[in-house]
Amino acid sequence: MSAVPLLEVKDLTVEFSTRRGIVQAVEDVNVTVPKGEIVGIVGESGSGKSVTSYAVMRILDRVGRVARGTITYTSLDLVGASEPEMRDLRGREMSMIFQNPRLALNPIRKVGKQLEDVLLQHAQADARDVKRKAIGLLEQVRIARPEERYHAYPFELSGGMCQRIVIALALACKPQLLIADEPTTGLDVTTQKAVMDLVVDLVRARGMSAILITHDLGLAAAYCDKVVVMEKGRVVETAASIDIFQAPQAAYTRKLMRATPRPGITLHDLLPEETPAPTPKAPHQVGEPLLTVENLVKEYKRQAPPPTLKGLFGKKPEPQPPFRAVDGISFTVNKGESVGLVGESGCGKSTTSTIVMRLIDPSGGRILFDGQDIGAVPARAFALSPLRKRIQMVFQDPTESLNPRYTVSRAIADPLLRMGGFTGGARLRDKIAELATMVGLPLELLDRFPHQLSGGQKARVGIARAIALNPDLVILDEPTAALDVSVQAVVLNLLQHLKETLGMSYLFVSHDLHVVRLLCDRVIVMRQGAIVEEGTAEQVLEAPKADYTRELISAIPHPPV
Amino acid sequence: MTAVTETAPAAPPASGLVATLRHARHVIGENPVTGLSFGLFALFLIGAVIGPWIVPYDPLESDTAQALQAPTWAHWFGTDQVGRDIFSRVVVATRLDMEIAIFSVALVFVVGGLAGVAAGYFGGWTDRIVGRLGDTIMAFPLFVLAMGIVAALGNTVTNIVIATAIVNFPLYARIARSEANIRREAGFVQAARLTGNSEMRTVLTQIVPNILPIMMVQMSLTMGYAILNAAGLSFIGLGVRPPTPEWGIMVAEGAAFIVSGEWWIALFPGLALMLAVFCFNLMGDGLRDIIDPQRRT
Repeated sequence: MSAVPLLEVKDLTVEFSTRRGIVQAVEDVNVTVPKGEIVGIVGESGSGKSVTSYAVMRILDRVGRVARGTITYTSLDLVGASEPEMRDLRGREMSMIFQNPRLALNPIRKVGKQLEDVLLQHAQADARDVKRKAIGLLEQVRIARPEERYHAYPFELSGGMCQRIVIALALACKPQLLIADEPTTGLDVTTQKAVMDLVVDLVRARGMSAILITHDLGLAAAYCDKVVVMEKGRVVETAASIDIFQAPQAAYTRKLMRATPRPGITLHDLLPEETPAPTPKAPHQVGEPLLTVENLVKEYKRQAPPPTLKGLFGKKPEPQPPFRAVDGISFTVNKGESVGLVGESGCGKSTTSTIVMRLIDPSGGRILFDGQDIGAVPARAFALSPLRKRIQMVFQDPTESLNPRYTVSRAIADPLLRMGGFTGGARLRDKIAELATMVGLPLELLDRFPHQLSGGQKARVGIARAIALNPDLVILDEPTAALDVSVQAVVLNLLQHLKETLGMSYLFVSHDLHVVRLLCDRVIVMRQGAIVEEGTAEQVLEAPKADYTRELISAIPHPPV
Repeated sequence: MTAVTETAPAAPPASGLVATLRHARHVIGENPVTGLSFGLFALFLIGAVIGPWIVPYDPLESDTAQALQAPTWAHWFGTDQVGRDIFSRVVVATRLDMEIAIFSVALVFVVGGLAGVAAGYFGGWTDRIVGRLGDTIMAFPLFVLAMGIVAALGNTVTNIVIATAIVNFPLYARIARSEANIRREAGFVQAARLTGNSEMRTVLTQIVPNILPIMMVQMSLTMGYAILNAAGLSFIGLGVRPPTPEWGIMVAEGAAFIVSGEWWIALFPGLALMLAVFCFNLMGDGLRDIIDPQRRT
């Protein structure tokens, strides 16, 4: 390691002026990035990890400012640098990858042209060799058939492919420092592995330094030399990633590590050490089938190709076969059982759950719920069916699934008023309070609007709404995907507790095998609309039969233990 | 219970009306322009409600001895060609102009808004019919269409209201359609279906309240346009008839005298018109901020 670090952040304090006065987003943060190393900044939402990186790039909001501390890049003072100086540094010396690759690309410009723009602007190429260089960059980020993809628009590429383009853009000018802000959040686990491997290989090959900002301790430990753990705007621990995992020093790091789902643990292990153990549960009661899905098919018509003059007069082209989102799957959920439905995006798991939920109609097959064919009732009419209240759902995004104009108590009251026979008054208030207590929601929050709640609190409201009518089957559509790991740990335990108390069945839809294993008795792995593997959670994770399942499991980032 | 409660962000647990009023005060105080527009609006409201009782002269009483006088302390805005006090006429006219604006905007808000929401939420034939209806109206120059409607239906205030509402229909329907369409598949709408709400209920309780903020801005903007429209129709002799005090007619009457140097007859009603439109245009943003709970942080 060279004596002078590439980037040194010293005692950095960033302030934001808001309606409630000045808020310190980060306080006395120290981060050192030596030449040629990858440093991970890990923390949950609101920990100030992104603000730190924005301060380095000097792209803070108008209301934010560096109050104290220094940021030194080689020997340059970045806090005092003028805007033209910074503009010159950004891209040439340091560049950044953002979370959503689609937002980072211009949707109406070919990706090759976008690469050329950057190359030309920073004088990395001239008009003669710019195209060759752009294609070379595409090759470097391992995009197959680069000459063809040069002409692609961002919408024609998958999320992982778009992120590769963004990486190519960031590396186009051969910067010394790459800041990756949650580069793989929202990507599938196999894509995440491919993208992260690529970033690390490129950074190592060029002798660059990188900062990886993530909420995933496992990901940071797997790919970084050094990890900085942040909590509420402060650095709580800085250590080599091997040490962080073997001997975490700070209490917060330990809590974060415990909350990360990993093999060989139970749900309760996720919670902080001092949490009392749950009362030993009665032996698992799995009853007769509650939900039976037979040969379920959902087809979507493909978009017709644009009409051509030849098409108008000549022979009509053969109609394309419809796209099968769900391709004849069958499974059963028994009473009191949790079944996990796992797969990557586009595998048809959400379509399946939405059909079972009776929000959309299937194209074929039968859905038997407690002996009755609910697939025969059109989705539009199902809202008024007496079975409606027996099948409920917890949505993926707790924010989006709450009406922004309803208070918490109004949101929980909705199912009770519509289907529970409640009409208001004290009885309704008592029931809402009972439900809120059940899901661990403080009663003083009942009059708040969703935007005044934290993510975990919103998730609780969604759960309270779903269990309000004592449903038999609850579909959990990635209920913790939008939550921090420590909140996820609490919510998963809550779901398990509610299931044991109320005797519900769960159909748990998720992309995360480790999370599914914790909550589910059986796991179904889906790919391209079909089931590739089915079995008990232990079987599928410990001894996967299908190649695809093995691939999924191995793609989950492993810390270097 | 194994659950651990995480700390909540600090926010005052205030109840409905109090919170809304406090929030309204904050929004108005935060932005001086919003404050100014609400102040102007209050002034126009006072003029509309108690104007006829506070004005110094009868707006219809002519006094030919005092005709065409420039502004003095006795007649702040001067007098017109038959000696009526222009200040009194401008103030009294506020009520009629406000009535036309408010009723026409309320009408188009309900009809156009609901049609647009239905088009956006249900799609299919509803969408096609509402969409083509809007396109048809947009195909005409809007002021000419309004003229035609008033001329065909008859020269009354009610028909001015109807004509103004019709020409604004496509704007409302289109905004409501796109906003409803975005929210059709939103999580909270799906959740409302799951909790047993019928389609109609879902639209009215989930979709409509959530598009109110943006519709509010539109209402405020069209309010200004409605006043201009009504004044414009009166200016060319449709709708309100003399000697009723109305800004448009007064400008029309005064226009003939500008050449001979009597500028005040047209200037003051024109100024009132301008201020009213200005006030409504500025008010839109403030209204949206007050009505949107997300801004209440």
